[in-house]
Amino acid sequence: MFKTPFKTPLKPPRIPGKKRRPSLVAYTTFILAALYLPLVALSVLSFRGGPTLFHWYVRAFSDPQLLQSLWNSIFIGVGSTIISTVLGTMAALGLRRPRFPGRVAFESLINLPLVLPEIVMGLSLLVWFSFLKMTLGLFSVILAHTTFSVSYVTLIILARIKGMDPLLEEAASDLGATPWRAFWTVTFPLLLPAVISGALLSFTLSFDDFLITFFTSGVGSDTLPIRIYSMMRFGVTPEMNAISFSVIFFTLLTVVMVFRLRRE
Amino acid sequence: MEPTAFTKQQKTPAFIFPSLGWFIFFLIIPLGIVVAFSLMHKGAYGQIEYRLDLGNFARVFEPIYLKTVFRSLLLAAFTAGTCLVLAYPLAYLMARSGDMLKKLILALVIVPFWTNFVIRIYALKLVLGENGLINQLLRELHLIAAPLQLTDNLIGVGIGMIYNYLPFMVLPLFVALDKLDFTLLDAAYDLGASRVQMALKVLLPLSLPGIVTGSIFVFIPAFGEFVIPDLMGGSQSMYVGTLITETFLKSRDWPFGSAMSTLLVLMAMVSFVIVLSRASRDPAAREMRGKRAEAGPVHV
Repeated sequence: MFKTPFKTPLKPPRIPGKKRRPSLVAYTTFILAALYLPLVALSVLSFRGGPTLFHWYVRAFSDPQLLQSLWNSIFIGVGSTIISTVLGTMAALGLRRPRFPGRVAFESLINLPLVLPEIVMGLSLLVWFSFLKMTLGLFSVILAHTTFSVSYVTLIILARIKGMDPLLEEAASDLGATPWRAFWTVTFPLLLPAVISGALLSFTLSFDDFLITFFTSGVGSDTLPIRIYSMMRFGVTPEMNAISFSVIFFTLLTVVMVFRLRRE
Repeated sequence: MEPTAFTKQQKTPAFIFPSLGWFIFFLIIPLGIVVAFSLMHKGAYGQIEYRLDLGNFARVFEPIYLKTVFRSLLLAAFTAGTCLVLAYPLAYLMARSGDMLKKLILALVIVPFWTNFVIRIYALKLVLGENGLINQLLRELHLIAAPLQLTDNLIGVGIGMIYNYLPFMVLPLFVALDKLDFTLLDAAYDLGASRVQMALKVLLPLSLPGIVTGSIFVFIPAFGEFVIPDLMGGSQSMYVGTLITETFLKSRDWPFGSAMSTLLVLMAMVSFVIVLSRASRDPAAREMRGKRAEAGPVHV
Protein backbone atom coordinates (compact mmCIF):
# COMPACT_ATOMS: atom_id res chain seq x y z
CA MET A 1 0.00 0.00 0.00
CA PHE A 2 1.41 3.41 -0.91
CA LYS A 3 1.04 6.33 1.45
CA THR A 4 -1.79 8.61 0.62
CA PRO A 5 -1.77 12.33 1.40
CA PHE A 6 -5.49 12.18 2.03
CA LYS A 7 -6.67 12.15 5.57
CA THR A 8 -10.02 10.81 4.60
CA PRO A 9 -9.73 9.48 1.11
CA LEU A 10 -13.40 8.80 0.65
CA LYS A 11 -15.10 12.18 0.86
CA PRO A 12 -18.14 12.67 -1.30
CA PRO A 13 -17.39 14.73 -4.40
CA ARG A 14 -18.32 18.38 -4.21
CA ILE A 15 -20.27 19.92 -7.00
CA PRO A 16 -18.88 23.39 -7.51
CA GLY A 17 -21.42 26.19 -7.73
CA LYS A 18 -24.31 23.98 -6.71
CA LYS A 19 -23.70 24.54 -3.05
CA ARG A 20 -25.65 27.35 -1.56
CA ARG A 21 -26.07 26.82 2.11
CA PRO A 22 -29.61 27.61 3.30
CA SER A 23 -28.19 29.26 6.42
CA LEU A 24 -26.19 31.63 4.23
CA VAL A 25 -29.25 32.47 2.17
CA ALA A 26 -31.27 33.10 5.32
CA TYR A 27 -28.51 35.30 6.69
CA THR A 28 -28.30 37.37 3.51
CA THR A 29 -32.05 37.82 3.49
CA PHE A 30 -31.91 38.96 7.09
CA ILE A 31 -29.19 41.54 6.44
CA LEU A 32 -30.98 42.91 3.41
CA ALA A 33 -34.25 43.06 5.33
CA ALA A 34 -32.49 44.94 8.12
CA LEU A 35 -31.10 47.43 5.59
CA TYR A 36 -34.57 48.11 4.22
CA LEU A 37 -36.63 47.88 7.41
CA PRO A 38 -36.14 51.55 8.40
CA LEU A 39 -37.07 52.75 4.92
CA VAL A 40 -40.19 50.57 4.88
CA ALA A 41 -41.15 51.71 8.38
CA LEU A 42 -40.74 55.31 7.26
CA SER A 43 -43.01 54.81 4.26
CA VAL A 44 -45.71 53.08 6.33
CA LEU A 45 -45.65 55.74 9.04
CA SER A 46 -45.85 58.52 6.48
CA PHE A 47 -49.29 57.27 5.38
CA ARG A 48 -50.68 56.32 8.77
CA GLY A 49 -52.56 58.20 11.48
CA GLY A 50 -54.12 60.92 9.37
CA PRO A 51 -57.75 61.29 8.29
CA THR A 52 -56.74 60.68 4.67
CA LEU A 53 -53.89 58.69 3.15
CA PHE A 54 -51.95 61.72 2.00
CA HIS A 55 -52.81 63.88 5.02
CA TRP A 56 -49.21 64.27 6.22
CA TYR A 57 -48.00 64.89 2.70
CA VAL A 58 -50.45 67.74 2.27
CA ARG A 59 -49.44 69.11 5.66
CA ALA A 60 -45.72 68.77 4.91
CA PHE A 61 -45.98 70.44 1.54
CA SER A 62 -47.85 73.36 3.02
CA ASP A 63 -45.30 73.99 5.75
CA PRO A 64 -43.54 77.15 4.55
CA GLN A 65 -40.22 76.35 6.27
CA LEU A 66 -40.05 72.83 4.90
CA LEU A 67 -41.02 74.07 1.46
CA GLN A 68 -38.39 76.79 1.58
CA SER A 69 -35.71 74.25 2.45
CA LEU A 70 -36.91 71.99 -0.35
CA TRP A 71 -36.63 74.86 -2.85
CA ASN A 72 -33.19 75.74 -1.51
CA SER A 73 -32.08 72.14 -2.04
CA ILE A 74 -33.44 72.10 -5.58
CA PHE A 75 -31.90 75.47 -6.42
CA ILE A 76 -28.50 74.46 -5.06
CA GLY A 77 -28.74 71.07 -6.77
CA VAL A 78 -29.56 72.56 -10.17
CA GLY A 79 -26.90 75.26 -9.86
CA SER A 80 -24.08 72.94 -8.86
CA THR A 81 -25.18 70.32 -11.40
CA ILE A 82 -24.97 72.77 -14.30
CA ILE A 83 -21.50 73.99 -13.35
CA SER A 84 -20.10 70.57 -12.48
CA THR A 85 -21.50 68.89 -15.60
CA VAL A 86 -19.89 71.47 -17.85
CA LEU A 87 -16.56 71.39 -15.99
CA GLY A 88 -16.57 67.61 -15.61
CA THR A 89 -17.40 66.92 -19.25
CA MET A 90 -14.62 69.23 -20.38
CA ALA A 91 -12.14 67.67 -17.97
CA ALA A 92 -13.01 64.16 -19.16
CA LEU A 93 -12.61 65.22 -22.79
CA GLY A 94 -9.26 66.77 -21.95
CA LEU A 95 -8.20 63.50 -20.33
CA ARG A 96 -8.73 61.67 -23.63
CA ARG A 97 -5.20 62.68 -24.46
CA PRO A 98 -3.21 59.77 -23.01
CA ARG A 99 -0.09 61.70 -22.07
CA PHE A 100 0.45 65.35 -21.39
CA PRO A 101 2.45 67.41 -18.90
CA GLY A 102 0.67 67.42 -15.55
CA ARG A 103 -1.72 64.58 -16.34
CA VAL A 104 -0.85 62.55 -13.24
CA ALA A 105 -1.18 65.60 -11.01
CA PHE A 106 -4.54 66.51 -12.53
CA GLU A 107 -5.81 62.96 -12.10
CA SER A 108 -4.83 62.97 -8.44
CA LEU A 109 -6.59 66.30 -8.05
CA ILE A 110 -9.77 64.75 -9.46
CA ASN A 111 -9.56 61.87 -7.03
CA LEU A 112 -8.82 64.12 -4.07
CA PRO A 113 -12.45 65.03 -3.20
CA LEU A 114 -13.27 61.31 -3.11
CA VAL A 115 -10.70 60.56 -0.44
CA LEU A 116 -10.68 63.82 1.49
CA PRO A 117 -12.59 63.61 4.79
CA GLU A 118 -15.84 65.43 4.08
CA ILE A 119 -15.69 67.37 7.32
CA VAL A 120 -12.31 68.82 6.32
CA MET A 121 -13.61 69.80 2.90
CA GLY A 122 -16.54 71.59 4.52
CA LEU A 123 -14.57 73.47 7.12
CA SER A 124 -11.72 74.41 4.78
CA LEU A 125 -14.29 76.03 2.49
CA LEU A 126 -15.83 77.78 5.50
CA VAL A 127 -12.42 79.16 6.40
CA TRP A 128 -11.75 80.22 2.80
CA PHE A 129 -15.13 81.89 2.33
CA SER A 130 -14.80 83.84 5.54
CA PHE A 131 -11.25 84.78 4.54
CA LEU A 132 -12.72 86.17 1.31
CA LYS A 133 -15.38 87.96 3.38
CA MET A 134 -18.05 86.17 1.36
CA THR A 135 -21.57 86.00 2.77
CA LEU A 136 -22.59 82.40 3.37
CA GLY A 137 -25.78 81.48 1.58
CA LEU A 138 -27.15 79.58 -1.37
CA PHE A 139 -24.30 80.77 -3.56
CA SER A 140 -21.52 79.53 -1.27
CA VAL A 141 -23.22 76.13 -0.99
CA ILE A 142 -23.39 75.86 -4.79
CA LEU A 143 -19.64 76.54 -5.00
CA ALA A 144 -18.94 73.93 -2.32
CA HIS A 145 -21.14 71.25 -3.90
CA THR A 146 -19.67 71.83 -7.34
CA THR A 147 -16.22 71.13 -5.93
CA PHE A 148 -17.04 67.51 -5.09
CA SER A 149 -19.50 66.91 -7.93
CA VAL A 150 -16.96 67.74 -10.66
CA SER A 151 -14.91 64.71 -9.63
CA TYR A 152 -17.81 62.27 -9.91
CA VAL A 153 -18.99 63.68 -13.25
CA THR A 154 -15.47 63.50 -14.67
CA LEU A 155 -14.93 59.92 -13.55
CA ILE A 156 -18.27 58.72 -14.92
CA ILE A 157 -17.73 60.32 -18.33
CA LEU A 158 -14.13 59.16 -18.42
CA ALA A 159 -15.27 55.57 -17.89
CA ARG A 160 -17.53 55.93 -20.91
CA ILE A 161 -14.77 57.47 -23.03
CA LYS A 162 -12.44 54.58 -22.21
CA GLY A 163 -15.00 52.19 -23.65
CA MET A 164 -15.35 54.22 -26.82
CA ASP A 165 -13.53 53.70 -30.10
CA PRO A 166 -11.22 56.72 -30.62
CA LEU A 167 -11.06 55.92 -34.33
CA LEU A 168 -14.71 56.89 -34.83
CA GLU A 169 -14.00 60.57 -34.51
CA GLU A 170 -10.94 60.17 -36.73
CA ALA A 171 -13.04 58.42 -39.33
CA ALA A 172 -15.36 61.42 -39.29
CA SER A 173 -12.50 63.81 -39.91
CA ASP A 174 -11.16 61.54 -42.66
CA LEU A 175 -14.54 61.85 -44.28
CA GLY A 176 -14.10 65.60 -44.27
CA ALA A 177 -15.83 66.72 -41.07
CA THR A 178 -14.29 69.63 -39.23
CA PRO A 179 -13.07 68.72 -35.70
CA TRP A 180 -15.98 70.72 -34.30
CA ARG A 181 -18.50 68.88 -36.43
CA ALA A 182 -16.86 65.51 -35.78
CA PHE A 183 -17.18 66.14 -32.07
CA TRP A 184 -20.82 67.23 -32.11
CA THR A 185 -22.10 64.62 -34.55
CA VAL A 186 -20.03 61.60 -33.48
CA THR A 187 -18.44 61.88 -30.06
CA PHE A 188 -21.00 63.90 -28.16
CA PRO A 189 -24.05 61.73 -28.95
CA LEU A 190 -22.06 58.70 -27.80
CA LEU A 191 -21.13 60.47 -24.58
CA LEU A 192 -24.58 61.84 -23.87
CA PRO A 193 -25.84 58.96 -21.67
CA ALA A 194 -22.74 59.33 -19.49
CA VAL A 195 -23.17 63.10 -19.35
CA ILE A 196 -26.79 62.71 -18.26
CA SER A 197 -26.03 60.07 -15.67
CA GLY A 198 -23.17 62.25 -14.40
CA ALA A 199 -25.56 65.18 -14.10
CA LEU A 200 -28.16 63.08 -12.27
CA LEU A 201 -25.52 61.76 -9.91
CA SER A 202 -24.29 65.27 -9.30
CA PHE A 203 -27.80 66.44 -8.45
CA THR A 204 -28.34 63.49 -6.11
CA LEU A 205 -25.04 64.12 -4.36
CA SER A 206 -25.88 67.77 -3.89
CA PHE A 207 -29.42 67.02 -2.75
CA ASP A 208 -28.11 64.46 -0.23
CA ASP A 209 -25.20 66.34 1.16
CA PHE A 210 -25.33 67.21 4.80
CA LEU A 211 -21.88 67.84 6.17
CA ILE A 212 -20.46 70.22 3.57
CA THR A 213 -23.73 72.16 3.51
CA PHE A 214 -23.66 72.29 7.30
CA PHE A 215 -20.39 74.22 7.16
CA THR A 216 -21.00 76.41 4.14
CA SER A 217 -24.65 77.48 4.44
CA GLY A 218 -25.64 80.63 6.22
CA VAL A 219 -28.78 81.97 7.82
CA GLY A 220 -31.86 81.31 5.69
CA SER A 221 -30.15 78.94 3.28
CA ASP A 222 -31.10 75.70 5.05
CA THR A 223 -31.32 72.76 2.71
CA LEU A 224 -33.75 69.91 3.30
CA PRO A 225 -31.21 67.60 5.04
CA ILE A 226 -30.18 70.48 7.31
CA ARG A 227 -33.83 71.23 8.07
CA ILE A 228 -34.58 67.59 8.87
CA TYR A 229 -31.46 67.43 11.01
CA SER A 230 -32.51 70.40 13.10
CA MET A 231 -36.12 69.17 13.34
CA MET A 232 -34.91 65.76 14.49
CA ARG A 233 -33.38 67.31 17.57
CA PHE A 234 -36.86 68.41 18.69
CA GLY A 235 -38.49 65.07 18.05
CA VAL A 236 -40.33 63.29 15.31
CA THR A 237 -43.37 64.60 13.46
CA PRO A 238 -45.52 62.83 10.86
CA GLU A 239 -44.82 65.67 8.41
CA MET A 240 -41.14 64.79 8.57
CA ASN A 241 -41.99 61.20 7.65
CA ALA A 242 -43.93 62.42 4.65
CA ILE A 243 -41.27 64.74 3.33
CA SER A 244 -38.51 62.20 4.03
CA PHE A 245 -40.30 59.49 2.15
CA SER A 246 -40.97 61.82 -0.78
CA VAL A 247 -37.24 62.51 -0.97
CA ILE A 248 -36.41 58.79 -0.85
CA PHE A 249 -38.98 58.09 -3.52
CA PHE A 250 -37.55 60.66 -5.92
CA THR A 251 -33.99 59.59 -5.19
CA LEU A 252 -34.83 56.00 -6.04
CA LEU A 253 -36.47 57.16 -9.25
CA THR A 254 -33.28 59.02 -10.16
CA VAL A 255 -31.14 55.98 -9.33
CA VAL A 256 -33.25 53.78 -11.59
CA MET A 257 -32.80 56.32 -14.37
CA VAL A 258 -29.02 56.44 -13.85
CA PHE A 259 -28.77 52.65 -13.95
CA ARG A 260 -30.86 52.51 -17.11
CA LEU A 261 -28.60 55.04 -18.81
CA ARG A 262 -25.50 53.21 -17.66
CA ARG A 263 -26.71 49.98 -19.22
CA GLU A 264 -27.05 51.45 -22.70
CA MET B 1 -1.35 51.59 -29.93
CA GLU B 2 -0.25 53.31 -33.13
CA PRO B 3 0.15 57.06 -32.71
CA THR B 4 -2.87 58.71 -34.27
CA ALA B 5 -3.82 62.30 -34.85
CA PHE B 6 -5.23 62.35 -31.34
CA THR B 7 -2.57 60.56 -29.37
CA LYS B 8 0.36 62.36 -30.91
CA GLN B 9 -0.35 65.70 -29.29
CA GLN B 10 1.57 66.20 -26.11
CA LYS B 11 0.38 69.62 -25.03
CA THR B 12 -1.76 69.97 -21.90
CA PRO B 13 -5.33 70.11 -23.23
CA ALA B 14 -7.07 73.43 -22.71
CA PHE B 15 -10.26 71.58 -21.73
CA ILE B 16 -8.91 70.71 -18.31
CA PHE B 17 -8.11 74.31 -17.37
CA PRO B 18 -11.59 75.32 -16.10
CA SER B 19 -11.80 72.41 -13.66
CA LEU B 20 -8.12 72.74 -12.81
CA GLY B 21 -8.73 76.38 -11.92
CA TRP B 22 -11.80 75.41 -9.92
CA PHE B 23 -9.90 72.77 -7.95
CA ILE B 24 -7.05 75.16 -7.22
CA PHE B 25 -9.41 77.89 -6.06
CA PHE B 26 -11.90 75.79 -4.07
CA LEU B 27 -9.83 72.83 -2.95
CA ILE B 28 -6.09 73.47 -2.88
CA ILE B 29 -6.13 77.03 -1.55
CA PRO B 30 -8.71 76.26 1.20
CA LEU B 31 -6.71 73.21 2.29
CA GLY B 32 -3.52 75.27 2.19
CA ILE B 33 -5.13 77.85 4.44
CA VAL B 34 -6.20 75.20 6.93
CA VAL B 35 -2.66 73.83 7.05
CA ALA B 36 -1.30 77.38 7.42
CA PHE B 37 -3.77 78.19 10.22
CA SER B 38 -2.78 75.03 12.05
CA LEU B 39 0.68 76.55 12.45
CA MET B 40 -0.54 79.92 13.66
CA HIS B 41 -1.31 81.41 17.02
CA LYS B 42 -4.74 82.08 18.35
CA GLY B 43 -5.08 85.53 19.86
CA ALA B 44 -6.81 86.30 23.12
CA TYR B 45 -10.10 87.13 21.38
CA GLY B 46 -10.14 84.18 19.03
CA GLN B 47 -8.54 86.12 16.19
CA ILE B 48 -5.65 84.58 14.33
CA GLU B 49 -2.20 86.05 14.87
CA TYR B 50 0.14 85.48 12.01
CA ARG B 51 3.04 84.01 13.90
CA LEU B 52 4.32 80.47 14.08
CA ASP B 53 2.91 78.31 16.85
CA LEU B 54 3.44 74.57 16.91
CA GLY B 55 1.47 74.30 20.15
CA ASN B 56 -1.76 73.49 18.28
CA PHE B 57 -0.42 70.09 17.31
CA ALA B 58 0.93 69.51 20.81
CA ARG B 59 -2.51 70.27 22.26
CA VAL B 60 -4.04 67.37 20.33
CA PHE B 61 -2.03 65.11 22.59
CA GLU B 62 -3.31 66.61 25.83
CA PRO B 63 -5.18 64.06 27.95
CA ILE B 64 -8.72 65.41 27.39
CA TYR B 65 -8.30 65.48 23.62
CA LEU B 66 -6.37 62.24 23.56
CA LYS B 67 -9.32 60.62 25.29
CA THR B 68 -11.59 61.82 22.48
CA VAL B 69 -9.15 60.52 19.88
CA PHE B 70 -9.02 57.19 21.67
CA ARG B 71 -12.82 56.97 21.85
CA SER B 72 -13.05 57.66 18.13
CA LEU B 73 -10.42 55.03 17.39
CA LEU B 74 -12.41 52.51 19.41
CA LEU B 75 -15.64 53.39 17.63
CA ALA B 76 -13.97 53.17 14.21
CA ALA B 77 -12.36 49.84 15.07
CA PHE B 78 -15.65 48.48 16.40
CA THR B 79 -17.49 49.62 13.27
CA ALA B 80 -14.89 48.20 10.88
CA GLY B 81 -14.67 44.91 12.79
CA THR B 82 -18.40 44.36 13.08
CA CYS B 83 -19.00 45.35 9.48
CA LEU B 84 -16.31 42.90 8.37
CA VAL B 85 -17.90 40.03 10.27
CA LEU B 86 -21.40 40.92 9.04
CA ALA B 87 -20.40 41.63 5.44
CA TYR B 88 -18.14 38.68 4.74
CA PRO B 89 -20.81 35.95 4.50
CA LEU B 90 -22.94 38.28 2.40
CA ALA B 91 -20.09 39.05 0.00
CA TYR B 92 -19.24 35.36 -0.16
CA LEU B 93 -22.78 34.39 -1.11
CA MET B 94 -22.83 37.17 -3.73
CA ALA B 95 -19.56 36.01 -5.25
CA ARG B 96 -20.82 32.43 -5.46
CA SER B 97 -24.21 33.33 -6.92
CA GLY B 98 -25.27 33.40 -10.53
CA ASP B 99 -25.00 36.55 -12.55
CA MET B 100 -28.58 37.71 -12.04
CA LEU B 101 -28.66 37.16 -8.29
CA LYS B 102 -25.23 38.76 -7.96
CA LYS B 103 -26.42 41.93 -9.65
CA LEU B 104 -29.66 41.95 -7.69
CA ILE B 105 -27.98 41.71 -4.29
CA LEU B 106 -25.38 44.27 -5.34
CA ALA B 107 -28.10 46.71 -6.33
CA LEU B 108 -30.01 46.02 -3.12
CA VAL B 109 -26.91 46.76 -1.05
CA ILE B 110 -26.02 49.95 -2.94
CA VAL B 111 -29.48 51.51 -3.31
CA PRO B 112 -30.16 52.52 0.34
CA PHE B 113 -26.83 54.25 0.30
CA TRP B 114 -27.98 56.54 -2.46
CA THR B 115 -30.86 57.75 -0.36
CA ASN B 116 -30.31 60.75 1.80
CA PHE B 117 -27.93 60.06 4.65
CA VAL B 118 -29.74 62.16 7.26
CA ILE B 119 -33.09 60.65 6.27
CA ARG B 120 -31.63 57.16 6.57
CA ILE B 121 -30.50 57.89 10.12
CA TYR B 122 -33.88 59.46 10.83
CA ALA B 123 -35.64 56.33 9.57
CA LEU B 124 -33.39 54.17 11.71
CA LYS B 125 -34.33 56.25 14.71
CA LEU B 126 -38.00 55.60 13.95
CA VAL B 127 -37.36 51.86 14.19
CA LEU B 128 -35.15 51.95 17.26
CA GLY B 129 -36.87 54.68 19.26
CA GLU B 130 -38.79 54.27 22.50
CA ASN B 131 -42.06 53.85 20.61
CA GLY B 132 -40.29 52.45 17.58
CA LEU B 133 -41.05 49.29 15.69
CA ILE B 134 -38.70 47.05 17.65
CA ASN B 135 -39.92 48.15 21.06
CA GLN B 136 -43.56 47.86 19.98
CA LEU B 137 -42.98 44.38 18.64
CA LEU B 138 -41.19 43.21 21.77
CA ARG B 139 -43.97 44.65 23.93
CA GLU B 140 -46.65 42.93 21.86
CA LEU B 141 -44.82 39.66 22.36
CA HIS B 142 -44.61 40.42 26.10
CA LEU B 143 -40.87 39.96 26.02
CA ILE B 144 -40.20 43.26 27.73
CA ALA B 145 -42.10 45.36 30.24
CA ALA B 146 -40.36 48.68 29.75
CA PRO B 147 -39.09 49.91 26.38
CA LEU B 148 -35.46 49.20 25.63
CA GLN B 149 -33.29 52.25 25.33
CA LEU B 150 -31.81 51.80 21.86
CA THR B 151 -31.16 55.40 20.85
CA ASP B 152 -29.43 58.34 22.47
CA ASN B 153 -26.75 56.07 23.82
CA LEU B 154 -23.79 53.96 22.71
CA ILE B 155 -26.04 51.21 21.37
CA GLY B 156 -27.68 53.72 19.07
CA VAL B 157 -24.32 55.00 17.87
CA GLY B 158 -23.11 51.46 17.21
CA ILE B 159 -26.19 50.42 15.26
CA GLY B 160 -26.18 53.69 13.33
CA MET B 161 -22.54 53.28 12.36
CA ILE B 162 -22.99 49.68 11.23
CA TYR B 163 -26.15 50.53 9.33
CA ASN B 164 -24.42 53.33 7.49
CA TYR B 165 -21.04 51.74 6.82
CA LEU B 166 -21.96 48.16 5.95
CA PRO B 167 -22.08 48.77 2.17
CA PHE B 168 -18.54 50.23 2.27
CA MET B 169 -17.38 46.84 3.51
CA VAL B 170 -19.57 44.67 1.29
CA LEU B 171 -18.33 46.29 -1.94
CA PRO B 172 -14.57 45.72 -1.63
CA LEU B 173 -15.09 42.26 -0.15
CA PHE B 174 -17.36 41.34 -3.03
CA VAL B 175 -14.87 42.68 -5.60
CA ALA B 176 -12.10 40.59 -4.03
CA LEU B 177 -14.18 37.43 -3.65
CA ASP B 178 -15.68 37.75 -7.10
CA LYS B 179 -12.19 37.51 -8.61
CA LEU B 180 -11.39 34.45 -6.53
CA ASP B 181 -11.06 31.10 -8.22
CA PHE B 182 -13.38 28.92 -6.15
CA THR B 183 -12.03 25.70 -7.65
CA LEU B 184 -9.10 26.31 -5.30
CA LEU B 185 -11.52 25.53 -2.47
CA ASP B 186 -12.50 22.32 -4.22
CA ALA B 187 -8.82 21.49 -4.64
CA ALA B 188 -8.24 22.07 -0.94
CA TYR B 189 -11.25 19.90 -0.18
CA ASP B 190 -9.99 17.13 -2.42
CA LEU B 191 -6.65 17.30 -0.68
CA GLY B 192 -8.42 16.63 2.58
CA ALA B 193 -8.66 20.09 4.11
CA SER B 194 -11.26 20.56 6.80
CA ARG B 195 -13.76 23.40 6.56
CA VAL B 196 -11.83 25.52 9.00
CA GLN B 197 -8.58 24.91 7.11
CA MET B 198 -10.25 25.83 3.85
CA ALA B 199 -11.46 29.09 5.35
CA LEU B 200 -8.21 30.03 7.08
CA LYS B 201 -5.65 28.79 4.58
CA VAL B 202 -7.36 29.40 1.26
CA LEU B 203 -10.24 31.84 1.50
CA LEU B 204 -8.77 34.27 4.03
CA PRO B 205 -5.35 34.85 2.41
CA LEU B 206 -6.88 35.18 -1.03
CA SER B 207 -9.50 37.70 0.06
CA LEU B 208 -7.09 39.65 2.26
CA PRO B 209 -6.80 42.59 -0.20
CA GLY B 210 -10.57 43.06 -0.02
CA ILE B 211 -10.49 42.84 3.76
CA VAL B 212 -7.78 45.50 3.99
CA THR B 213 -9.46 47.82 1.48
CA GLY B 214 -12.88 47.44 3.10
CA SER B 215 -11.52 48.00 6.59
CA ILE B 216 -9.79 51.21 5.51
CA PHE B 217 -12.89 52.42 3.67
CA VAL B 218 -14.91 51.96 6.86
CA PHE B 219 -12.32 52.90 9.46
CA ILE B 220 -11.25 56.26 8.03
CA PRO B 221 -14.67 57.88 7.62
CA ALA B 222 -15.92 56.25 10.83
CA PHE B 223 -13.03 57.84 12.70
CA GLY B 224 -14.04 61.36 11.68
CA GLU B 225 -17.79 60.72 11.81
CA PHE B 226 -19.75 63.52 13.38
CA VAL B 227 -23.40 63.24 12.36
CA ILE B 228 -24.18 59.70 13.56
CA PRO B 229 -22.84 60.11 17.11
CA ASP B 230 -24.58 63.47 17.21
CA LEU B 231 -27.99 62.13 16.15
CA MET B 232 -27.90 58.63 17.63
CA GLY B 233 -25.78 59.16 20.72
CA GLY B 234 -27.64 61.88 22.53
CA SER B 235 -25.49 64.66 23.86
CA GLN B 236 -23.17 62.59 25.99
CA SER B 237 -19.95 61.75 24.34
CA MET B 238 -17.42 63.57 22.25
CA TYR B 239 -15.78 62.14 19.15
CA VAL B 240 -13.12 63.59 16.88
CA GLY B 241 -15.70 64.79 14.34
CA THR B 242 -17.76 66.44 17.07
CA LEU B 243 -14.66 68.01 18.57
CA ILE B 244 -13.50 69.48 15.25
CA THR B 245 -16.97 70.83 14.49
CA GLU B 246 -17.35 72.41 17.90
CA THR B 247 -13.86 73.87 17.78
CA PHE B 248 -14.66 75.54 14.48
CA LEU B 249 -18.26 76.60 15.02
CA LYS B 250 -18.59 77.09 18.77
CA SER B 251 -15.28 77.87 20.43
CA ARG B 252 -13.94 79.40 17.19
CA ASP B 253 -10.41 78.20 17.91
CA TRP B 254 -9.49 77.89 14.25
CA PRO B 255 -5.76 77.16 14.70
CA PHE B 256 -6.48 74.19 16.96
CA GLY B 257 -9.33 72.97 14.75
CA SER B 258 -7.05 73.30 11.74
CA ALA B 259 -4.35 71.25 13.45
CA MET B 260 -6.82 68.43 14.14
CA SER B 261 -8.12 68.61 10.58
CA THR B 262 -4.60 68.49 9.18
CA LEU B 263 -3.89 65.35 11.17
CA LEU B 264 -7.17 63.81 9.99
CA VAL B 265 -6.31 64.54 6.36
CA LEU B 266 -2.82 63.09 6.80
CA MET B 267 -4.30 59.92 8.27
CA ALA B 268 -6.80 59.57 5.42
CA MET B 269 -4.17 60.26 2.78
CA VAL B 270 -1.68 57.76 4.16
CA SER B 271 -4.37 55.06 4.26
CA PHE B 272 -5.52 55.73 0.72
CA VAL B 273 -1.94 55.76 -0.54
CA ILE B 274 -1.65 52.28 0.96
CA VAL B 275 -4.80 51.19 -0.86
CA LEU B 276 -3.75 52.80 -4.13
CA SER B 277 -0.23 51.44 -4.03
CA ARG B 278 -1.75 48.01 -3.55
CA ALA B 279 -3.97 48.84 -6.49
CA SER B 280 -1.01 48.78 -8.87
CA ARG B 281 -0.47 45.15 -7.92
CA ASP B 282 -3.96 44.09 -6.99
CA PRO B 283 -6.72 44.20 -9.60
CA ALA B 284 -9.46 44.01 -6.96
CA ALA B 285 -8.32 47.23 -5.31
CA ARG B 286 -7.96 48.91 -8.69
CA GLU B 287 -11.52 48.07 -9.58
CA MET B 288 -12.65 49.38 -6.21
CA ARG B 289 -11.64 52.92 -7.21
CA GLY B 290 -14.15 52.74 -10.02
CA LYS B 291 -16.75 51.20 -7.73
CA ARG B 292 -16.34 54.03 -5.26
CA ALA B 293 -17.29 56.55 -7.87
CA GLU B 294 -20.13 54.35 -9.02
CA ALA B 295 -21.43 53.75 -5.54
CA GLY B 296 -22.36 57.37 -5.20
CA PRO B 297 -22.44 59.35 -1.98
CA VAL B 298 -19.57 58.35 0.22
CA HIS B 299 -19.33 59.91 3.60
CA VAL B 300 -15.66 60.10 4.25
